[in-house]
Amino acid sequence: MKTLILKTASDILLPVLLLFSVFILLRGHYLPGGGFVGGLIAAIAFVLDAFANGLENSRKIIKIHPGFLMPLGLLISFASAVTPVFFQDLPFMTGLWASGHIPVIGKIGSALFFDTGVYFVVVGVSLTIIFTISENA
Amino acid sequence: MLFIVCLGFLLSIAILFIHKFIKGNWAWLSTLIPLTSFLYFLSFIGDIAQNDVIKVSYSWISSYSVDLSFMLDGLSLLFVLMISGIGTLVFWYTSSYLKGHEYLDRFYAYLGIFMAAMLGLVLSDNLITMFIFWELTSISSFFLIGFNNESKSSRKSALLALGITGVGGLFLLAAAVILGQVTSTYTISEMLSMSNEIAMSSSYTFIVVMIFLAAFTKSAQFPFHFWLPGAMKAPTPVSTYLHSATMVKAGIYLILRFSPILGETSLWNTTLITIGAITMLYSAIQMLFRTDLKAILAYSTICALGILTFLTGLGTYEALVAAMVFIVVHALYKASLFLITGIIDHETGTRDITKLSGLKQGLMPIAVAGFVAALISGGVIPTLGFVGKDLIYESTLHFKNNAWLLTGIAIATNVLLFYGGFLVGVKPFLGKKPEALPHLHMPSIRLWLPPMLMVLLGLVLGFMPYLLGDSLIMPGAEVLSRGESGLHLKLWHGFNTMFWLSTLTIAFGVIVYLVLKPSDKLLRFSEKFEFISPKSITQYLVSLFKIMSKYWTMLFQNGYLRHYVATYVTFIIVLVGYLLLKDPVLKIDYNTLADLTVYEIVIIIIMFLSTLFTVFTPSRLAAVAAMGIIGFAFCLLYLFYSAPDLAMTQFSVDTLTVILFVLVLYRLPKYLKFSKNYLRVEHGILSTIFGGMITFLILKVISEPKNSEISNFYAENSYVLAKGKNVVNVILVDFRGSDTLIEITVLIVAAIGVFGLLKLRLKARDKK
Repeated sequence: MKTLILKTASDILLPVLLLFSVFILLRGHYLPGGGFVGGLIAAIAFVLDAFANGLENSRKIIKIHPGFLMPLGLLISFASAVTPVFFQDLPFMTGLWASGHIPVIGKIGSALFFDTGVYFVVVGVSLTIIFTISENA
Repeated sequence: MLFIVCLGFLLSIAILFIHKFIKGNWAWLSTLIPLTSFLYFLSFIGDIAQNDVIKVSYSWISSYSVDLSFMLDGLSLLFVLMISGIGTLVFWYTSSYLKGHEYLDRFYAYLGIFMAAMLGLVLSDNLITMFIFWELTSISSFFLIGFNNESKSSRKSALLALGITGVGGLFLLAAAVILGQVTSTYTISEMLSMSNEIAMSSSYTFIVVMIFLAAFTKSAQFPFHFWLPGAMKAPTPVSTYLHSATMVKAGIYLILRFSPILGETSLWNTTLITIGAITMLYSAIQMLFRTDLKAILAYSTICALGILTFLTGLGTYEALVAAMVFIVVHALYKASLFLITGIIDHETGTRDITKLSGLKQGLMPIAVAGFVAALISGGVIPTLGFVGKDLIYESTLHFKNNAWLLTGIAIATNVLLFYGGFLVGVKPFLGKKPEALPHLHMPSIRLWLPPMLMVLLGLVLGFMPYLLGDSLIMPGAEVLSRGESGLHLKLWHGFNTMFWLSTLTIAFGVIVYLVLKPSDKLLRFSEKFEFISPKSITQYLVSLFKIMSKYWTMLFQNGYLRHYVATYVTFIIVLVGYLLLKDPVLKIDYNTLADLTVYEIVIIIIMFLSTLFTVFTPSRLAAVAAMGIIGFAFCLLYLFYSAPDLAMTQFSVDTLTVILFVLVLYRLPKYLKFSKNYLRVEHGILSTIFGGMITFLILKVISEPKNSEISNFYAENSYVLAKGKNVVNVILVDFRGSDTLIEITVLIVAAIGVFGLLKLRLKARDKK
């Protein structure tokens, strides 16, 4: 399915969609969005690229095997969940919040890191499954 | 204390990085780990002798009152000293026994995990923590028994042992949970004061039976004993450490620990006495038929465990002291006999008693050690074994009923134990050396020093039993019998009844030793009865279960996806339909419902049309696309009812699903009649019923009075407690974040599954 229109469009759409997915991830705590949806959007961005430019090209862009994003994400989520246990002697999954306010994101807290972990896991899982199946087909 | 307990775990992690170093000439350095623990615990001996109890607690999962709390009293000190002391010798012995073995590093890693788990088990003051350590010992023992993983019988034995002891662990968990509900604590030392309430409660019988099952499986009591002889497939250091001196005693530790809490009822005492007596007699007789040195030792271990259960069942102060002394006696002689067997195996390459004789040529010091170990096991004066046997007879003679019957059983068992000890410790060294055996010379000091040290300790403690008695046994017995005290261990009590019984035992033992000659004939004779042994019955049941599960699986999982879907849809229809039919009246107040808008009508028409299209189109791709349209229509519905988060997610998921379907279907032929007409009709009916039922269910839910307590809680607290305005997101990442954590883990597992399955198929195809 290598058409010029799709190719040109996807070259522009890929970075835009990725940026958008990060935006969705960051606003999640206050407005509709979050790590899960953000991750799905990022995955769709790469799948679109794979359709337009071929699987090999998307693999080159991601550089590492998408499978590695799964443990990375799980590690981030888990770390944000156990941090209160180790550093503050609070129960598992207690939310920790930094003082101060950042535009768009709002307050920074462990929940954001948790959501970032979810984001990476979702990207990793979707891309691993889709890439493996499309390789196979 | 936590650090000392965890040293073994740390060792096994460290081995990942220093495995080259461990496999070289420096393997013996790992001995420092158990030695450190041993010295650390030895430093408490003064405090414990004063009847102090040392408690250390680290908070772990406090909200479920599961904490890493450790308690060091007389009983646990006895066990930790045994575990770390024998551990030191075994680590040291292994460095030579398995020298140059390809997987020596793994072996030390498993051994480290095992030691740490065992220390944790006997120190735990929290039942749940104890359960965790209990299971860790089973798991590490599985790896150690199956260490020679190329051998099929070794793998089978490992599985059998894991099966039996693992199931036992679950019984312990059940007992722990029920005990926790009755006493509203998991702390063992707090349960001590509540023994009356536990005995009064209706679950008392259940708790006792569960504890028994856990202890009997772990400590190889009849009829669960059969995993232990199989476990002898492990390398000799493992048999020494796990299956004679430490792990199998965990069950004994459990019933000893709980005897002040659950004991002193006829259920408790009678069961323990009966099971103990059956076990000790049964295994002592089994021992007569064996020709493999390790098999003889395995059955004599089961026999000793039976004696311990029996003594705990008697439950008197004397019996508990006898049990604790016998634990030490048994550990000393059994470990040294095992190590000596290891040396014999190492030097001659066989463990068959009928082929071994005259080994004293060249192995004289070991012959002496074997002789002393046999003396300890036979309970000959002046060893510690004599003290132990004396106490056993004293406690059976002074028991309130059936004293002579119990004493008779004890004598019979001890006669056979005497025989077993001499068979392994003495017989191989006497007589003339056959030509078939190679020329022998003394092995490395790392092999012969450990058994030497142990038998020496058995002799020294025999002459000075008060060394052991005042420091460990008395404080331990005081804990168990709730404050009773006053017995002091002595070697020589004068010419009393116990002395004559002891002499009688030895005399009979010598006669049995001289008359009975182990031979293959006896072994074959006993094999005739193998088919009614508990082991064969269990294996028969397991194979029956396998056949049943095969047919069961074939019935429900025949490999057709549509069959699976139909099965579970039918199941839900039956289950939910039954409940709905019990009260099939809908009470809906139609006035409160909002009017239908044009948008909604349009969307529903679109959905309906695409459903029809999906069902009737001849093209697969078109069907998938139509399904996508249904999904997007749903997104719109979510948006109308102000659930933007759901809409976004549904939208992305639907996009990806369609892509996935296309990728999979791309390769299949484009136009095809999918399935037979009657099947389509059948599925159509099934899905119509299902859809109708779900609709009815939802209407029913609406008509019920709404309880919005939970949603109100989230709405009110999401900003106050979690500083977020998007309630859905706050629930996902904060209130129910643990669920999300587990969900993403499941996602990863699924992805790895897909990846693995497809990659395997790819590789297979490449090969063709």
